[in-house]
Amino acid sequence: MRRSRALLLVVAAAAAALLPACSSGSPSTLQPRGPAAQRIDGLWWFMFWIALGVFAVVIGMLLFGLFRRRKSGESVARGGGERAVVLLGIVAPAIILTTLFVVSLRDLNALSAPAKSDAMTVSVIGHDWWWEVRYPQRHVVTANEIHIPTGTQVLLHLSTGDVIHSFWVPQLSEKTDMIPGKTNRMLLEADRPGIYRGQCAEFCGLEHARMSFLVIAEPPSQFQTWLAGESQPIGSVTGAAAQGKRVFLTSTCVSCHTIQGTNADATDGPDLTHFGSRRTIAANSVANTPGNLAAWIEDPQGIKPGALMPPAVVEPRQLQALVTFLEGLK
Amino acid sequence: MVAIAERLTSIWEETPGLASWLTTVDHKRIGKRYIATAFVFFVLAGLEAMAMRIQLARPGQAVFTPNAFNQLFTMHGVSMIFLFATPILSGFGNYFVPLMIGARDMAFPRLNAFGYWVFFFAGLFMSFSLVIGKAPTDGWFNYVPFALTHYSPGLNIDFYGLGIIFVGISSTTGAINFIVTIFKMRAPGMSINRMPLFVWAVLTTAFAIVFALPSLTVANVLLELDRKAGFHFYDVAHGGDPILWQHLFWIFGHPDVYIIVLPALGIVSTILPVFSRRPIVAYPYVVLGTVAIGIVGFGVWVHHMFATGLPQLGLSFFSAASMMVVIPSGIQMFAWVITIIKGRPVFTVPFLFIIGFIVTFLIGGLTGPMFAAVPFDQQITDSYFVVAHFHYVLFGGAVFPIFAALYYWLPKMTGRLTNERLGKLSFWLIFVGFQVTFFPMHIMGLLGMPRRIYTYQSGLGWDVWNMTSSIGSFVLAAGVLAFIIDYYLSLRRGLPAGDDPWAADTLEWAISSPPPAYNFESIPQVSSREPLWDQPDLPQQIRRGTAGPVLAEGHETVGTSVLDADSEDVLEMPGESPWPLTSAVGLLIIFCALLISHLLLAAAGLVVMSIGISGWLWDTGDVNSG
Repeated sequence: MRRSRALLLVVAAAAAALLPACSSGSPSTLQPRGPAAQRIDGLWWFMFWIALGVFAVVIGMLLFGLFRRRKSGESVARGGGERAVVLLGIVAPAIILTTLFVVSLRDLNALSAPAKSDAMTVSVIGHDWWWEVRYPQRHVVTANEIHIPTGTQVLLHLSTGDVIHSFWVPQLSEKTDMIPGKTNRMLLEADRPGIYRGQCAEFCGLEHARMSFLVIAEPPSQFQTWLAGESQPIGSVTGAAAQGKRVFLTSTCVSCHTIQGTNADATDGPDLTHFGSRRTIAANSVANTPGNLAAWIEDPQGIKPGALMPPAVVEPRQLQALVTFLEGLK
Repeated sequence: MVAIAERLTSIWEETPGLASWLTTVDHKRIGKRYIATAFVFFVLAGLEAMAMRIQLARPGQAVFTPNAFNQLFTMHGVSMIFLFATPILSGFGNYFVPLMIGARDMAFPRLNAFGYWVFFFAGLFMSFSLVIGKAPTDGWFNYVPFALTHYSPGLNIDFYGLGIIFVGISSTTGAINFIVTIFKMRAPGMSINRMPLFVWAVLTTAFAIVFALPSLTVANVLLELDRKAGFHFYDVAHGGDPILWQHLFWIFGHPDVYIIVLPALGIVSTILPVFSRRPIVAYPYVVLGTVAIGIVGFGVWVHHMFATGLPQLGLSFFSAASMMVVIPSGIQMFAWVITIIKGRPVFTVPFLFIIGFIVTFLIGGLTGPMFAAVPFDQQITDSYFVVAHFHYVLFGGAVFPIFAALYYWLPKMTGRLTNERLGKLSFWLIFVGFQVTFFPMHIMGLLGMPRRIYTYQSGLGWDVWNMTSSIGSFVLAAGVLAFIIDYYLSLRRGLPAGDDPWAADTLEWAISSPPPAYNFESIPQVSSREPLWDQPDLPQQIRRGTAGPVLAEGHETVGTSVLDADSEDVLEMPGESPWPLTSAVGLLIIFCALLISHLLLAAAGLVVMSIGISGWLWDTGDVNSG
């Protein structure tokens, strides 16, 4: 009796968890927002109900076997049972699995259909531990944020600058690995505007846990505006920002970062040309606020232990100017 | 009757004391050692898991640094797989295969001792890395290029690469020993269709090891050549290929799941009928299922690589193969359940663990084919759903049967019964603790939580499930503790077990508990699958020396033919020997030398090993002297 109650609890817990699909901030595969994730979600529920059915049958048989009343003198036969084993253990699974195979093959075909002719190409390059994002048509380079137009196929070219990473936005698509010496392709599409969390899914070292990013899906017109803005170099700056720019260009920052429109053009770290417009710092580790940025520049290890960015040696006043400059890069 | 026992004892009993502790070749002593050593690694790897669950209980915790956490999850996986699951099942095989088939030892007793020592040293070698804070940090799967020197300088990965090669030597010698023992040393009349299912499972596993391990060894030899000698097998910049590692690793890695699970399924097929009070239904199908898993298991490795961007045709093929492997498991699942239905179950502690196994392994078996469906795999692979799935398969499929086996066979090994109430407490804590720990991981995975992260942000819907899981892990640990207490108490004041406390059917229960050094006074003639149920007088006959040949002229046992087990030969067995340990020490020196790239030390190790092997080969005239 205790057993069946425990089982009931487990099933109830599962149902309670899966049906409302949890909080709205969750990158849940069960709240799909793109055609690929939608299709996989359908496949999951198909398989879930089959699994639940098989589970019920086997557990029902087990409980029957364990607790059925046996007559006091009932003799136990030595043989028998083969036919039931063949039927339940071979024939039934063969039918179920064939069905599942056909259904999954249909979905696989759909997912690996070639991109439509109007698909937009975006390159994403995994780095320890951040994401480089390139829009080749407009020579736009950004990091840790991928803006896409809704309802449009985006063809991703996925590669890596160092070890293996894996690109995963659970609410939009399946995941695809980024492997040295290879460029993998995958389609990304969002049905409606929103911010979808993505995260590296292949263990890649110390900060695998903080290698996250955001996909920002916007209506096409809004996206075009964003893209146009991103393709501009930075304008002239004055006051504290001008002082911050000087700090930037005369410190170690320039040995890793690029800012279009200045002579900082190193590519080891994220491109900062429009840094001020990004929502997060350090691959979605913390929100992009002046306070967090100052803390990050002074002591990256305090926010992301293992991060490859060295601490900048700048005086407090210089730091403040630097933060003002960077946050102004909209 | 007494005379026979005395005579055999004088031939087979090893001299007491430390010397014999180091030189023993008795499969029972070696088997117990395997089980005890592996259990210690189980506890250590379990503590590593607890440490991870403490860190992950709440978002954003920093109990461990990322580096420490990565060492913990790597050593947890490596230890559970290579230092616990495989060797403890090998230990049960060592102890019980000869007893179940009516033999007096394994086919190669000294190789058996050598295998244990190599496992022991390799286990120390790898565990030492954690003690000095240099444990490998790239998971048990150890993907390149992260594992190459550029990204992982230091000895960490070398402890993995060399340690895996090292421990593989032990598994290989063990597997060869099992194959020969099972093929050539079954009691007369135990034709291949009468073999206990545990023996079938061990045999299949042994073949799987022989075919799968070379791939892992090659993978690691190439890795160490890359790391230590400047080769570029995996280095893209010089024409190497990181995907090569993944293929080599998973050609071993997936069959390894069955290498762990198959013997455990064999344990289930042994224990379940005893407590259902009837033979297993559909024995031939269960055997075919066992062997089929061993074979089909080699054709499914690419499902670990569905997200690497391989061509679609390849994906479909491996998808189909991966689904196929469900069928032989399904056969066994229904054979067990129908055996219970047709039988008259007795709710002993080992049987409870078997029921726990069925429920848990069933869930793992239901989420398994989901990963064969390529699109779902590409969505869910490397998420916590996978962690849930393979713990249901491996903890459900192997650890529950291992606990069943411990409760079932400890009385035979120690001669003492365990405490029923403590045993039941242990079962319920482990069962409930397991479900509470691992079921929520399915949900975490569906909610997008990736594996192998040392921390996570709050507000992603993962917090409550992680906390639940961490609480469950403490309940689970309490269950393991209850078992340890139960075992300790039973050693101190357990009731005498008697020869056959469970009214079981296989030959190990025909002899006293614990068994005498020579196992059987006379080698029985077997005429059915359940010898003790069909021939109730057999234990008496064995003891009286009338069941078959006594062979009291020296270290001897009967050699029989492969299929029909017709008597062919009297096999002379070697006695105690210092050479297996010597050879293993030589190997240990060699591997330590390779680790620190010290060629002179390696040469010294080679000398020690040569001395060991020479002594070993020289010793053959000595076989009768004990």
